[in-house]
Amino acid sequence: MRISAALIVGGLLSALFILAALVSYVWTPFDVEKMAVVARLKPPGAEFWFGTDHFGRDIFSMVMVGARTSIAVALVAVGIGAVFGVPLGLLAAANRGAWYDELIMRFNDLVFAFPALLLAILFTATLGPGAVNAILAIGIFNIPVFARLARGAALSLWTREYIMAARAAGKGPARISAEHILPNILNLLIVQATIQFSLAILAEAGLSYLGLGAQPPIPSWGRMLSEAQTMIYVAPWFAIFPGLAIVLTVLGLNLMGDGLRDWLDPKLRRAR
Amino acid sequence: MSLLEIDRLNLAIGGVPILRDVSLSIAPGECLGLVGESGSGKSMTALSVMKLLPGGSTMSGAIRLDGELISSFGEREMCNLRGARVGMVFQEPMTALNPLKTIGEQVAEVIRIHGQSRDPRAAAREALTRAGLPPEQFPLDRYPHDLSGGQRQRVVIAMAVALRPRLLIADEPTTALDVTTQAVILDLLKRLAKEDGAGLLMITHDLAVVADMADRIAIMKHGEVVEQGETAPLFRAMSHPYTRALFAASTHRPQRHGREPGAEVLGVRQVVRDYRLPRKRLFEARRLFRAVDGVDLTIRAGENVGLVGESGCGKSTLSRAILGLEGIQSGEIALVGRPFGPDAPSASRRDVQVVFQDPYGSFDPRWKVADLVAEPFHLVDPKPPRAERRRRVEALLERVGLKAADADKFPHEFSGGQRQRIAIARALITEPKLVVLDEAVSALDVSVRARILDLLAELSETLDVSYLFISHDLHVVRAITDRVMVMQKGKIVEAGETEAVFSNPRHAYTRQLLAATPDLEAALARREGAA
Repeated sequence: MRISAALIVGGLLSALFILAALVSYVWTPFDVEKMAVVARLKPPGAEFWFGTDHFGRDIFSMVMVGARTSIAVALVAVGIGAVFGVPLGLLAAANRGAWYDELIMRFNDLVFAFPALLLAILFTATLGPGAVNAILAIGIFNIPVFARLARGAALSLWTREYIMAARAAGKGPARISAEHILPNILNLLIVQATIQFSLAILAEAGLSYLGLGAQPPIPSWGRMLSEAQTMIYVAPWFAIFPGLAIVLTVLGLNLMGDGLRDWLDPKLRRAR
Repeated sequence: MSLLEIDRLNLAIGGVPILRDVSLSIAPGECLGLVGESGSGKSMTALSVMKLLPGGSTMSGAIRLDGELISSFGEREMCNLRGARVGMVFQEPMTALNPLKTIGEQVAEVIRIHGQSRDPRAAAREALTRAGLPPEQFPLDRYPHDLSGGQRQRVVIAMAVALRPRLLIADEPTTALDVTTQAVILDLLKRLAKEDGAGLLMITHDLAVVADMADRIAIMKHGEVVEQGETAPLFRAMSHPYTRALFAASTHRPQRHGREPGAEVLGVRQVVRDYRLPRKRLFEARRLFRAVDGVDLTIRAGENVGLVGESGCGKSTLSRAILGLEGIQSGEIALVGRPFGPDAPSASRRDVQVVFQDPYGSFDPRWKVADLVAEPFHLVDPKPPRAERRRRVEALLERVGLKAADADKFPHEFSGGQRQRIAIARALITEPKLVVLDEAVSALDVSVRARILDLLAELSETLDVSYLFISHDLHVVRAITDRVMVMQKGKIVEAGETEAVFSNPRHAYTRQLLAATPDLEAALARREGAA
C-alpha cells in the first residue's frame, strides 16, 4: 500500500501544529500573559524567535498557545457536527421517505441556505463572545454537513444485498445502521472530518479576528491578526507568523484529507 | 483470405501472463464464437484487437485486419480504426450509453468523429433504423433512460455498425438481457454482420448461444485456446477434455430423488403489492403500480418450486414480500401455518432465509465469514453460546464444501462459487423450512453452477428444506424444481409439475419463453439439418 506525498506532507504539517499545541501546556519560551513594555515590537531574533507584539509578549509563545485554542475549538466543533449529524443522517437513510427524513433534510437545506460564517457571527454576537459560544456556533453548522453526507452514503448501501440479508436475519434498522452501514461509510466520514476541521480553524480565526472568539488574554491566531493590522508596516512579523500558522494548518489538513481519501478508498488505490 | 488474423498473441498485465499463444482467424461474413469461463482471457483477446488494454500490459504477436498489421499501430491510427473498421458491443447496455446525451447524438458522434458523412444525423437515423429502432417510434432526441434494456442494446449496436465496420466484436452482448430479448438481439447481430459482409467475434460463456450463432468456435481456458473448429463437428467430436467438461456442465442436471410432499410450508394467497408512483403534477393523486397482482402460491415440505419470468414481472417483489421485508396491500402470506409479514416475530422469521444472486454484493466486506454466517442467529432465541455458534458455523461450512478454517477469512478471499457456498451456509444456519434462492446461480460460470446445483439438490434432501427457486434461466429451473410457476406482469399465468409445463406448455407466454431459450441440442440439430 503506497502512501501518497500529499498524505505525508499534510500529516507532518498537522502533526507539527498539534505537537506545538500539546507542548504549550507544559512549556512555552515565555509566559504569554506577562507584558514587558521594554521589549515591545522587537523584530525576530535570537531571543524572541518570532519577535514580540506591542505589549512585549513573545509571538512564538503566542502562536503555540493559539494553536491550542484553534485546535480545541475546531475539534469540539467538528465533534458536535459528527456526533449529531451522523446519527441524524443514518436515521434519515434507514427510514427513507418518513416524515422525519423530510424534516431532517429540509432543516439541512435551511441551514445550508445561509452563509455559515455570517450566522456564526450573529450567534456569537447575540449570545456574547467567547470560546464556548464560538464552538457552538461552528459546531451547529457542521451538523448538516455530516447528516447529508452520512445519509447519501448510507442510502446507496441500503440497497446492497448484504443489507437485505441482514434484514432477512431479522435485524432492525438501528442495529443494521450501527453494524453494517456505519463501518462501511467511516472512511468517507473521516475524510470529511479532516476537511471540516480545516474549515472550522478558518471559522474560528474569522470569529476571533472580529473579537467574537476566545477573549483576551487567551491568545488566538485570529485576534493576533486583528491586533497586528494597525502595525503592519511597523512590525510586519506580528501579522506574518499567526497568518502563516493559519495557512499552514489549513493546508496541512486539506492535504491530509485528500491523501486519506485516496488511501482509504480501495477503488482509487487500485487505479494508481 | 481471412479478415482478422491473430497470430500467436501473448499478453501479460503487470508481469502476470494473461494470454498464451492465442491464434484465431475470422473470414468475412463469418461468425466466430469465443467461449470460456470467467478469467479465461476471452475479453482480453477482444480488447487486444481494439488495443483497449489496461495500463501495464505488454503484448506480443501479430494481429492483422484485412492483411494490415494493426498490432503495430500507434494510438492515433487505432483511434481511426476503432468505431470505423472495428465496432464493439458491450455486455451492459445500462452503462454503455451516456445518460446525459440523446441516442441520436451518441450514434451521430461515432460518425462525426470519423468525419465520414456530411450529415451525421441522417446517418445516425439510418443506423438506428437498421438496428430496429425506426425514427417514427424512436426519434433521435430520446434519452437512454426511457428505453428498455433491449432497446438500449439496439442503440449500442447502432453505434457499432454505424460506419459498417469490417469486424464486429460483441462481448457477452445478451448476458444482461431477458431470454426473449436475447433471441431478437442475437438475430439482429447476425443479420447486420451478414448484410455488411463483416466478421463477427462473439464472446460468450453460454454454449447454447454460440451453437446457434457461430460458424466456428474457439474454446479458451486459462489464456489459451484449447480447441477450435466448425461448430457442429466440434460439439459432436469434443476431442478436448475441457470441451467435454464444459458441455457436461452446461447440460448438467443434479441427481434428485422424488420426495413425498408433506405439510404446507408457505402459503401465499391472493397477494397484491402496489407501489406508489411519483406525482407527475403537483396536486395530482398518486398513481399506483401493481407489481404483484393476486398471486397464489403454495410450497409444501420436501418440494422445490420454481418461479420464472422476465425482469420486471414482479418475481423479486414477490420474494421480498415472502421474506417479510416489505408489506403487502391485500391477501395473506402464511409460513408454516402462521401469518407472516414485516412484523412477524423472530421465531417464525427463522423459518425462511434467502440466497441472493450476486456473490460479491451479498456480504459486508468488513466482516469475517464466521460472523457473516452466524448473523441469522440473531433470530434464534435464546441465542446459543459463542462456542456453540462457532461449532455450528464450522460444521455447516464443511457441509457446503468449505473448510472449517475458512471461518476466519474475509469474503474477498474467496471465488464467486465459494462465496455462494458461504451464502448458502448463512441461509441454512437457522435450520429454516424454506430458502428463497433469488437468481442464486445466475452469476456463476457453468462448471461452478453445476457444482452449486448439486450441492443445493443434495442439501434440500438431507436437511429437508424447501426451495423457492427464482430464475430467468429455464434450464436451471427445470433441473432443480418439482413444480414451476410462470409469472408475467404480476400474475401467475401458468403453474404445474415442472416436466409437464416444460414439455407441454399451455399458456402462450410460456411457449414464447421456451422458444426463446437457447437450446444446445436443438441448435446443433438445426445446424446439421441445414448442412
